[in-house]
Formats: sequence, C-alpha cells, structure tokens
Amino acid sequence: MKKIEAIIQPFKLDDVKEALKGIGIDGMTISEVRGHGRQKGHKEVYRGQEYNVDLLPKVKLEMVVSSDRSEEVVKTLASAARTGKIGDGKIFVYDVAEAIRIRNDDRGESAL
Amino acid sequence: MKHSEKLCLLAFLFAPAAVWAQASPEIQSRLSAVEAAAKSAQSAGDNAWMLVSAALVLMMTGPGLALFYGGLVRRKNVLATMMQSFILMAVVTVIWAVVGYSLAFGGDGPFIGDFRFALLNGVGAAPNADYAGTIPHQTFMIYQLMFAIITPALICGAFAERMKFSAMLLFMTLWMLLVYFPQAHMVWGKGGLLNAALGGKVPTYDFAGGTVVHITSGVSALMCALYLGKRLGFPSDSMKPHSLVISFIGACLLWVGWFGFNAGSALAASSLASSAFVATHFGAAAAALGWVLAEWLHNGKPSVLGGISGCVAGLVAITPASGFVKPFPALLIGFLAGIVCFWMVVSIKHKFGYDDSLDAFGVHGIGGTLGALLTGVFATNAVNDSFKDSSGKLMPLGMVDGHASQLLNQAIGAAMAWGLAIVGTLIILKICDMVIGVRVRKEQEIQGLDVSLHGEEGYILES
Repeated sequence: MKKIEAIIQPFKLDDVKEALKGIGIDGMTISEVRGHGRQKGHKEVYRGQEYNVDLLPKVKLEMVVSSDRSEEVVKTLASAARTGKIGDGKIFVYDVAEAIRIRNDDRGESAL
Repeated sequence: MKHSEKLCLLAFLFAPAAVWAQASPEIQSRLSAVEAAAKSAQSAGDNAWMLVSAALVLMMTGPGLALFYGGLVRRKNVLATMMQSFILMAVVTVIWAVVGYSLAFGGDGPFIGDFRFALLNGVGAAPNADYAGTIPHQTFMIYQLMFAIITPALICGAFAERMKFSAMLLFMTLWMLLVYFPQAHMVWGKGGLLNAALGGKVPTYDFAGGTVVHITSGVSALMCALYLGKRLGFPSDSMKPHSLVISFIGACLLWVGWFGFNAGSALAASSLASSAFVATHFGAAAAALGWVLAEWLHNGKPSVLGGISGCVAGLVAITPASGFVKPFPALLIGFLAGIVCFWMVVSIKHKFGYDDSLDAFGVHGIGGTLGALLTGVFATNAVNDSFKDSSGKLMPLGMVDGHASQLLNQAIGAAMAWGLAIVGTLIILKICDMVIGVRVRKEQEIQGLDVSLHGEEGYILES
C-alpha cells in the first residue's frame, strides 16, 4: 500500500477530485494548509506598514491506495493539478505498513 | 427660514391684527395662542432632530468606533478593544450625570464650569436659553454627553493591545475631569476663554469639536503611545488588522453618525444644520479620495483601509468648520486632510518610530489641528449668521470674510488644546502608573488581552 500526499493550489481541488473520481478513487482527506516552496509571496501594505506574505494558502490531499494503482493515481493527480507555473505544488509517496478499518477491524487492502 | 425671519414674517402677517387686537380681547387671546403654537411647533421639530442626533452620535462609539478599532487589532485583542469603547459609554455617562455636565456647561468661568447642575440638578424640560432655547435642557444635556463618550474612546487607538483595563478606567475618569470638561467649557461653555458666541476673550470657532474632541483626544493619544511604549514585537512582527471587513462597517457607521455630530451641533433643525450636514458629507468624500489617491501614487495600490481612514480623517477635519464653511471649501478641507493624514501616518510616524497603534494621533490630532486652522481661513458669515456686533451687523468670521487675524485665534485655541492634552495626560498617566501600573504583563500581552483580561475569545469557530 502507498500513501499519496499532494500539496496543490486551492483552486485546483475540484479538478483533482473529479479526475481521481474518474479513475475510481473516492476516498481522500484534505486540509487547508499554508506554505511555500520556490514560489515567492506577495507584499501587503497597511497604513504604510509593509508585510511580505510568503506563506500562501494551499490544499493538502492525503489518500492511501494499493501499490499497483499508485503510479496511475500520481499521474492523474499531477496532470489535473498542473498549470505549468511555479506554485503548482508537490506530490509525495510513502510506503504504508498497515491499514485498519475501525468499524470492523478489516486489515490491509480490504480496509481501503 | 431662520428663526428671526420667521418672527418678522409673523409680525408682518399679524401687524394689522395687532391694531385690531387692542380693540378685541378675543383676537388678542387667539393671537397669543397662534404664537404659542408656532413656538411649540419649532420646539417639537428641533427636539426631534436633536434626539435623533444624540442617538447618531452614540452610534459612532458603539458600534462605529468599536468596530473600526476592533477590526484593526490582532484577533486575540478584538474583544478587549471593543470593550474599551463600550465601557466608556457606561463610565462617562455616570461621571456626566454626577459632575461632568455641570463642569462643562454650568456657570460662566473662563476655564471650567461650576457645580450648579451637579447630579443633573435643574436639568429638566425647560430649555437652557444660554445654549439652546428651543429644546429641553435635558435634550441638550444628553446630546453633549454623547460627545463626552466618544472623545476618550478615540484615545484607545493609541494604547491598543497593551493597556490594563483597570488602569484605563482610572485614566479615563481622571482624563475627563482634568482635560475634557475644562476644554469643553473653554470652547463651548458660557464665558469660556475660547468661546466665540458667549463672551470668550479669545474667540475661536469650533462648531462641533475640532479642538474639544479631536485635538484633545489625538494629542493625548500620542502621549499615551509614547508613555506606554511599543507593543511587544513592534514593528518586526506581523500586526496586520485581523478584519478589515469589521473596520469597514465601523467606518461607514462613523460617517453616518457624524451627521448627528456636526449637523446636530446647530442645536436646531435649522438651515445651519443642513449646511453643516452638506459640509460634513463633502469633507468625508473628498478626504477618502485624497487618501486613496496619495496611497495609489505612493504604493501603487488603492486600499480599502486607505479609503476608510481617509473618510475618517476628513470627518475629523471638517468637524470644527462644518457650521461655518460653504460646500466647496468643505471639499478642499477634506481633500487636504486626506493627503496630510496619509503622509502623517505612513511616513512621519515611521520616521519617529512611536507605536500609535491605530493612528489616533495621526488622524485625530493632525486632522483636528488642520481643521481648526482651516476653519479660520474658510469660515464665513454667509453660512453662519449668529455672530453680530453691537449694532446688529454681521461680523466677518474667517480669512475669506477679510478677517485674517482669526487664524491667530484658531492657532491659539488649537495650541491651548495641545498644551492641556500634553500636560494633563502625562500627569494622569504618571498617577495611573504609580497606583495601578498602566501596562499589562508581558505574558498577558503575548496571550492577548481577550483571554488574559476578560476571560473570553472573540471567535470560537469550532463550537
């Protein structure tokens, strides 16, 4: 099993969800986060006081899929989230040791 | 139509009747009934407008100023900031009832009133002819109270996010007694040193409180900012306004409430009130444009905060002038105020490095001073005909009437308000510091005053 973690532009969330649904991925967890990589922030001025805002709003998606589907999910996700500009985000893939469905103690891929 | 003109017309209409009246007691009595009815109708109209005005001025403090200031602070201090404005609505009211009204408007001394109206003794339905002969004395008293409430509340912008609540209460109580009541009496009280209408030695024109409200509060605010010192982390940490949406609503309420403040200062539902209403609105509009334009050129972007700050600066500057100037000078005064206050807040303040957190000095102290001086330039008897010499001829008011020396009087009036505010505020701060300590502890300031002083939070979004 693989955990796929993607940090994307907030306005791309709907496109990504649609694309993943299209390949049969329904389950995911998302959170609103702030951060930046190479993308520079912007300047805000309040009565002459300048602030550089470099932590920008992003959305983080997390999902766990079977290992053989991981590559397909990553590709779908990346193409749906891509604008081609700096700030599109990143995808990280991790190995998952175990998955448990709390409701009935299902384990492994059957818990996904 | 002005009161005197009304009387002339009445006299003209009833002149033939007056001849008859000697012959007929019945006509005589009907005539006095008509006169009484006319007087009562005017009183009803004036009283209705003045009660509405009083309510409008209270609305400027709560919710107007509370929202304006509340949005400008960080989220952890929003309630503490709103509470400062709100509690002053209560505290100043009690002080006003006990001695405040009397110290401001009782007696005819040059510097302060007396105790004749203490505990509101004698303040009832009968008008106080010295100030407003057509409305109940009680209406005049409650209207003036609303000014006494907003003035100290304005100061709160300077020490936002770091003053003890208890010290603030003591500070404001003493400040009303030592600074506000004397200044209000000097400018508006009978026999007051600066009173232009009621026998002052140095007649100064201040229609609705440029010196009394804005210079005193703005300059005292600067003293507070200097005495308390900067907020922890200023200016390196982010101290962005937590909600300009809230500030926006507050500023717009201030704009509307200001009609009660300035047009109400005519103390009657008169043509002078209309003129002051127009000047007020024009001043605010031009100042919003002035600030936004200056900011656009300076920073490359016109901001909402700039627009609302500008309108407040214009309202401040037009306050002393509102009952004396024509519409186009009002536009000019507002426009200048927008630019000057912008320059003060974004440039001069940063050069000196003091932390006037919400710019109470930059907007009210500077805008008030500018307005006081420009009143001396643009005041004209074509707008305000209440000032006549002993032969009944209209007196020239400002420079545009050919009375350039009025500028000197305006400068003296402004300088006295500055002096009283500086000396009074520093003495009071010292007293409060010795008795209570003015500043919250470091860990309270970091935690935020909402939780550390009031035990609550402004936004509990998860519940």
